[in-house]
Amino acid sequence: MPWIIRGLRNGVLTSKWPSSGDEYFDTFHATIDVDLEAAVNVDPGTLDDVAKDCPTAAISTVPGLRLDRGQCILCGRCVDSLPAVFRWAPGSGAAALSLDQLLVGDLPETTETVELLRTELAAKVRSLRRSIHIRHVDAGSDGADEWEIQALLNPVYDIHRLGIFFTASPRHADILLVTGIGTAGMTDALRATRAAMPDPVVVIASGTDAVGGGLIGGGYTQGSGIGELLGVDLLIPGSPPSPFTLLHAFLLALGRFPSDKPTYTPKKRDRP
Amino acid sequence: MGADIQFATTPGRWHHQVVQGCSQGARFAGMYGTTIAEGCQLTALLMNGPRVEVIQALVRPNDDGVLTYPSLSPMIASAFWYERAAHDLSGIIPSGHPRLDPLLLHLDKGSEPPRPGHHPVEARLRTISTPGPVDVTGQGIFAIPFGPVRSGVFESIEFILETPGEDIPHLNIRPHYKHRGIAKKFEGLSLRDGVLVAERVEGISSVAHALAFSHATESIASVQVPERAALIRVVHAELERMANHLDVAMRLCDAAGLAVATSRFGWHKEALMRLTSQLCGNRFGRNTIIPGGVQHGLLSRPETTADTLRGIHRRIVADASLAMKTPSFLDRIRGTGILSHKKAALWEALGPIARASGIDNDCRWSDSADAYPLLATPAVAALRTEGDAMARLRVRWTEIDASAALVLEALQRLKTLGPGELATAVELPAGDAFATGRAESAQGETLYGLETRDGMILRCFARSASFHNLVTFHEVFNGDVFTDFAFIEASFGLCYAGVAM
Repeated sequence: MPWIIRGLRNGVLTSKWPSSGDEYFDTFHATIDVDLEAAVNVDPGTLDDVAKDCPTAAISTVPGLRLDRGQCILCGRCVDSLPAVFRWAPGSGAAALSLDQLLVGDLPETTETVELLRTELAAKVRSLRRSIHIRHVDAGSDGADEWEIQALLNPVYDIHRLGIFFTASPRHADILLVTGIGTAGMTDALRATRAAMPDPVVVIASGTDAVGGGLIGGGYTQGSGIGELLGVDLLIPGSPPSPFTLLHAFLLALGRFPSDKPTYTPKKRDRP
Repeated sequence: MGADIQFATTPGRWHHQVVQGCSQGARFAGMYGTTIAEGCQLTALLMNGPRVEVIQALVRPNDDGVLTYPSLSPMIASAFWYERAAHDLSGIIPSGHPRLDPLLLHLDKGSEPPRPGHHPVEARLRTISTPGPVDVTGQGIFAIPFGPVRSGVFESIEFILETPGEDIPHLNIRPHYKHRGIAKKFEGLSLRDGVLVAERVEGISSVAHALAFSHATESIASVQVPERAALIRVVHAELERMANHLDVAMRLCDAAGLAVATSRFGWHKEALMRLTSQLCGNRFGRNTIIPGGVQHGLLSRPETTADTLRGIHRRIVADASLAMKTPSFLDRIRGTGILSHKKAALWEALGPIARASGIDNDCRWSDSADAYPLLATPAVAALRTEGDAMARLRVRWTEIDASAALVLEALQRLKTLGPGELATAVELPAGDAFATGRAESAQGETLYGLETRDGMILRCFARSASFHNLVTFHEVFNGDVFTDFAFIEASFGLCYAGVAM
């Protein structure tokens, strides 16, 4: 009984996102942008130095200036050294359908493949309606990724309100959410989990580690992302991705993201 | 941190010196191998009060080309996992070790170990997956592999529970599934890249690991961190501790089925992580601690930060007090998973787990690192003697109060402190250098052994408190049954990434 009263004490804590905007969603930095126009005025040698300084080699200057968000661990080093060109992009949305789509900067137009992937994913999720169940597998994370996924269950995000649930059994799951670099030790367990799931399955690589190995992957225990182990439908960069970034990704995968993007408008306060 | 380095002439002498040091009251804190051209250099780290005694010896290959030394484990219980880990990674055989099963890496026959140190790596090692060991036999005894894919959103690890049905007389722990090869990842990096790897050894204690790593570099370069940076470090370290302890409270309430309590502690934890992200842009305090100081000042004003924290802390205290009056919750944690003082001393447990069993080895004040010497020591000592899950939770509540007080005091000092330097340049000497560094994470003492050559990392031994503490999990099932498992595991509050490394 005391807990029931305690539960009512602070009113509704849950974010209204995505039906309306959320300040934390809009102001959180989940990605880095490249300003190509500003880069024209920067000495190529300086750009090369910044690229070399990137701890995961996410920045390349040949053929054009590019940032691979699939490798970026958001250390902010490029933003600190060249703020005119590299900028924190406000907003929590970061997920993409392919590794190519995670590249930003000087790029050729490749809309066709993205459209194809989108159509494929849409066909897959057509049968996934109403309640969706997620099975999570850790394939060599640093432990932080799990915290952010668990945070989706707290009352601030309350993922259940969107009809999304976590399940212990792969047999009940529609989405396979994988964190970590994909270590040799977890390969069999990951494949067994995937095999136990009824098709169609949406496989999501969560975090830079799972997308491309990040800072830790690529060593002797293998693991340059889970794409090496199974087919991936959606990639979520971030080290680790924040709960809002994850939520955005799930809705994107399920085709439930509102077409008019919710944005936050600061409320007028009665008191200054 | 002061370090005495002794070099033993033979592995036998080394063994003798380490055993002697421990019998004279030093605490065994870690051991690892560094592969060099002549063989493998063993390094044992013993803590003698705030001083670390480093005992090294070179193990040369014997006539059969095998690296071997007399095992420490028969004399020093807590060396048990370290020797297994060193065997997996460096290929050194502790002769006389009670059970040299693979711990971190199950290598296939003929595949060479990765040998961290001055040694090129084989691009990819071949590992094998084998079913776990079965130790207990008898009528009706069966073994249940629990993991590596857990029920719920948890890190991968396997516990093999051997049981006649209800109680758990014996279990085996297999953390190797998520071994990521961290030791090799440090090699050849600059210090500023190394600290980023340190943050990912144990992601939920990023700040503590970055601090331990940075302390080692600062010790090599003999530099002092500017006061401002030292205070900012305390703010981040203590917020991280609070979030970790709340995570434990949340998981305990979840195991007890207290939905509202789980939600509320989850909310408080989220509020703390948002506060951290407002201070540095990252919810885990990453990219903030650098060797010599901090990367950025606080991005939010100390006054507003203090107000927010006071509000969060007030709510935590109220909810904690209610939880500790809820009989259905207390019944599940009282007397559950007792780690006796004797066992805690035997395994030389660290952090809240040790403090709940009457052993305090908190290194925050003893090392006089960061701004802790400037700040008041906690009014109430976080020390219990019962050793059960409830005592561990009580220790965490006390530590949350202490952390909140420390952050508020640090913020107060930051407000009065004028603008100033955020970092001192850390210049490493040419040639070889070695130092240790430690920091108190929410899991306990985080210890780093750092070897550098010409300013680059040659070998970095990152020892999480999780690695050191998880072995005591073998000792806590005294009549506890299956349904107690979730409580005991949650009450430990360990991170398995830090164990498997």
